[in-house]
Amino acid sequence: MAYRPAREGNLLSLYINNRAGGLIFHRDFSPNAAKLDTNEQMQLASTFSGLALIMGQLAPSRPSSGMQLLEADGFLLQSFDSPTGIKFFLTAEPDAKGLDLVLREVYTYYADYVLKNPFYEMDMPIQKGGKFCQKLDRMVAQVQDRR
Amino acid sequence: MLKLRRPPCFSQLCAAQRVVSQSAFAFLFSEMIQYSQTRVNTADELIAKLEDAGVGVGRRALELACWRERSSKRETRALWKSLFGAHADSLQKVQDSDDEFMIVEKEPLVNAFISSAPVNCAAFVAGGRTPSPPESGRLGRRLAAAQFPAEVSAHDNEEGATVLLIKFAPEVLEREKRQA
Repeated sequence: MAYRPAREGNLLSLYINNRAGGLIFHRDFSPNAAKLDTNEQMQLASTFSGLALIMGQLAPSRPSSGMQLLEADGFLLQSFDSPTGIKFFLTAEPDAKGLDLVLREVYTYYADYVLKNPFYEMDMPIQKGGKFCQKLDRMVAQVQDRR
Repeated sequence: MLKLRRPPCFSQLCAAQRVVSQSAFAFLFSEMIQYSQTRVNTADELIAKLEDAGVGVGRRALELACWRERSSKRETRALWKSLFGAHADSLQKVQDSDDEFMIVEKEPLVNAFISSAPVNCAAFVAGGRTPSPPESGRLGRRLAAAQFPAEVSAHDNEEGATVLLIKFAPEVLEREKRQA
């Protein structure tokens, strides 16, 4: 596989926002993930989209992308924007590595199993339990195993 | 005398490679299903549309396969491989029935990227009658063109695999008996 899995630190949650900043997919990978209800997830995800946009505008030398990596005592947040404006972001335990590569892999799955599915409507929530979800879970399980 | 070499045309290139990008196929197939969906009201109608779409492909694919093989023998396995690049997972005979056979595919090529489908998109491959997702058309017509009239339908089984159920017409069985 293309990505090199991180060595330590578990992945916690994955969020995917559409171009308008609305949450279209969320999945927790660990019991340590933040316990939020669906409404809170949607609120925080769209707030993050706005925040990342503002941080791009703060850049002294423009043009610059928005926030890509946030490090805190308790967790890491890695964000990746597709050229079409879809935002993928992942939270993980502080010592996790290679999160950007994991996000790249998620993007590949999104392009394959979401966009090539004739029953998916653009910018709408991605169905849980579909092939995208299955592949994602398998990939994450592999990454966690190698830690 | 100057001899001009013509550049290979598209069909020659394809003939040389005999493979098609799976992504390109997936996008085309996906568009076809979305287009069909805007023109139907029920899942059954969608299945019928997909089967109809598969029918023409089946007739042509059989002709092409026969021409390429240069033999009059009907090699079903080779035909399947020429269409999907790999053999089917299994071919079984339905118990308690002489005229029914099943082709089982765990992950049919046409459904590779499809999930949450209201019907089995393998109706396109069967091209017969099917109560499941869109894949059935091609096989039914291929069998008919090869003088084996049959009803083919695509179904999902308990393990989530796709089953193409083939029911041959009574005259086929009679002919086979005579020849035996």
